[in-house]
Amino acid sequence: MVGLTFAADVPAASTETVLALTPDLLGKIWLVPALPLFAFLIIIFFLRRTRMLAALVSIGALTGSFLISAAALMARIQHPHAPPQIWDFNWIVAGPLTIPLGCLVDNQSTVMLVVVTFVGTLIQIYSTGYMNHEPDFGFGKFFSYLSLFTASMLFLVLAPNFVQIYMGWELVGLCSYLLIGFWYYKNSAAQAAKKAFVVTRFGDLGFLMGILLIFHTTGTVMFLGADGALLKMAALAPTQMHLLTIACILIFCGAIGKSAQFPLQIWLPDAMEGPTPVSALIHAATMVAAGVYLVARCFDMFIASPDAAFFVAFIGGFTAFMAATMGVVQNDIKRVMAYSTVSQLGYMFMALGIGTSASFVAGNFHLVTHAFFKALLFLGCGSIIHAVNTNDMWKMGGVRKFMPITHVTFLCGSLALSGIPPFAGFWSKDEILAASWGSPHIILPIFGYVAAFLTALYVSRLYFVTFWGEYRGGDPHAPHDHSPLRDPAPAHDEHHDAHGHDDKPHENPLNMTGPLMILAVFATFLGFLNATPLHIEYFGHFMAPVGMEAHGGEHSALPLILSICIAASGWAVGYALYFKEPEKSEAMLKKQFSVVWRFLENKWYMDDIWAFLLKNTMFLGATACNWFDRYVVDGFFVMGSGKAAYFFGGLLREEHSGKVQQYAMMIVIAVVVVVHGVGVAEPTFVLSPTQIMQHFMKPGGTP
Amino acid sequence: MAPVGLAHFLTLSVILFCVGLYGVLTRRNAVAILMSLELMFNAVNISLVGFARFMGNEVAASGQMFALFVVAVAGAEATIGVAIVLALYRNFRHINVDEVDLLKW
Repeated sequence: MVGLTFAADVPAASTETVLALTPDLLGKIWLVPALPLFAFLIIIFFLRRTRMLAALVSIGALTGSFLISAAALMARIQHPHAPPQIWDFNWIVAGPLTIPLGCLVDNQSTVMLVVVTFVGTLIQIYSTGYMNHEPDFGFGKFFSYLSLFTASMLFLVLAPNFVQIYMGWELVGLCSYLLIGFWYYKNSAAQAAKKAFVVTRFGDLGFLMGILLIFHTTGTVMFLGADGALLKMAALAPTQMHLLTIACILIFCGAIGKSAQFPLQIWLPDAMEGPTPVSALIHAATMVAAGVYLVARCFDMFIASPDAAFFVAFIGGFTAFMAATMGVVQNDIKRVMAYSTVSQLGYMFMALGIGTSASFVAGNFHLVTHAFFKALLFLGCGSIIHAVNTNDMWKMGGVRKFMPITHVTFLCGSLALSGIPPFAGFWSKDEILAASWGSPHIILPIFGYVAAFLTALYVSRLYFVTFWGEYRGGDPHAPHDHSPLRDPAPAHDEHHDAHGHDDKPHENPLNMTGPLMILAVFATFLGFLNATPLHIEYFGHFMAPVGMEAHGGEHSALPLILSICIAASGWAVGYALYFKEPEKSEAMLKKQFSVVWRFLENKWYMDDIWAFLLKNTMFLGATACNWFDRYVVDGFFVMGSGKAAYFFGGLLREEHSGKVQQYAMMIVIAVVVVVHGVGVAEPTFVLSPTQIMQHFMKPGGTP
Repeated sequence: MAPVGLAHFLTLSVILFCVGLYGVLTRRNAVAILMSLELMFNAVNISLVGFARFMGNEVAASGQMFALFVVAVAGAEATIGVAIVLALYRNFRHINVDEVDLLKW
């Protein structure tokens, strides 16, 4: 792990001069984030009340971004070993510090660009259907926010240095806040937006400190190149190893917050208060993946510090396991997906933390496949919610009969998520699990396989309860008894549309099912980009870190078979429990495992632990600061100095009677005192009146 | 009895000045204050011409010139003073400076 060579050491002679992107294309790359930004500005200033025009501008701009990104990706695929290219301009020049803004185009960023723009475009198209009950104002606003978010995300992805990635990081955080709180008049949504913002802020603080530490240590914030921060950090002397480890962990803190890893995973499930396309775009496919992208971007640095790498892997593995357990007991279908997202992100971190070439590829590949199948699953959830007007799976049931397209596409997504062989998620997740076998830490594969089983279980539960059985729409006896205090009941007033509970739900129009079908195709076949067991490694060769062995390593059959068996057994258990009589099984499970169930339903009491910790640390500190500020800073210094001046001024103002003669009297007295005093002191440079008189008297006294 | 010398002039000047100053500081009537002010001017004039008379030839002319200037300036000042008194009267219907204390806090 330590003896790896790095990019700077191996510039292959033949590829040195090859440029992947023509200068012409490179010069256009800034349009990728700029187009959605323009769309945002146009919509927010001019098109807020024109429904379809706003949507068209937004989708059109993003399509443009997608085309440029795809061209860039094509160019990179033709020359995968060409050096990274940068288009930038100096933004801050202050003495030795130069911070450019710009676009870093390499294999990693182009893949991410294409994923973001492609999935983003589909989700925006889908939104035209999903949001059609919004009033005009909200509709336009929604698309402007989506555009702003996409612009920020692309800005982040293209960042060539830590400062720009941090700016993008905060911008997507802001957009996440705005979009979670899109229905801000709903208290739970407003609260969830606030929670997401504050919790991720915790991690961002660490990220910022990490950036400052790296800048302090290396004197640069640029990622790449021989004098870039990553290689410099990785090449630190062994005596400074602790700096590297601390920097890595601080950077990873940012990823923990943004990608909702333990212990900051608490915000993501609440973020489901936002509209479902938002959940699909931000909280499944793109923004939460930014943490993974960041760690992948800094991979050179992380693998140089085994401690930090293991920290990443452990947090990832543990989160994958923990979130999967929570997903099993959720009743809100979007929340199931939220925990699933947290869990899958954990897999990606685990893969990156294992720190081999194969695991790096696997983590990145899972990021890509996950973006597609999780977006698909979220959009599928949205499609159901749009039709049946509830988030609660126990009020759905039998949906397959009414919504065949949603059903089939959702099944594709479910199988991909749980890792059933031909589907995309299988290839990427199996790769991660296989890589975890190579890790010296036995805990990682255990986490991985248990989480894989649970994943299959909660997905099959969701699938069977929602799509099979009889439609339970509006059934008041639905087992729906989780604590309303801790887990706000799903919003039934999300849409004010015509079809109520009594009507049978019906399939959504093409602008919603179309994206579902496209994504389903990808969720099914995307895995063949990197099916290592079949020795197909397009993605692996493309993504493998420069200078590291590109080949994925030997594949023994055991991990492969094991992961298939585990996924299949998860589905089998799900089928057994939830296919025929889901309510009965659920009640039985609740009774049999009441302690565990309650523990899981309360999300491992993580919210309560945080609340307790905050109450006893932050709030106490904040109270003390408040007291200090109010009574010492404000009370003593600020008000005190003012009051002192007022008091002494009050003493002096008695003198100002406004009577001119008194003033004149004082002047006279002062003159007398001064002149007399001078005379008494008799300094040599002034003559006293007596002396003056004497001077005149003597010679002139008798003319 | 000693001949009249500089000391006499200066003594007279001081007495006049003090009388004028006293008047300025104590009188309530603005016109009386102006009159007292004139006394103070003239006390200074007396000292100036006294010095001019007794301090030798080269400065004699300048002392008397100063006195003349002071007379001219005092005339101008009196004009302004009286104008102020008139303005005062128009605003307050009296010229009692004790009650003109708008400048106080």
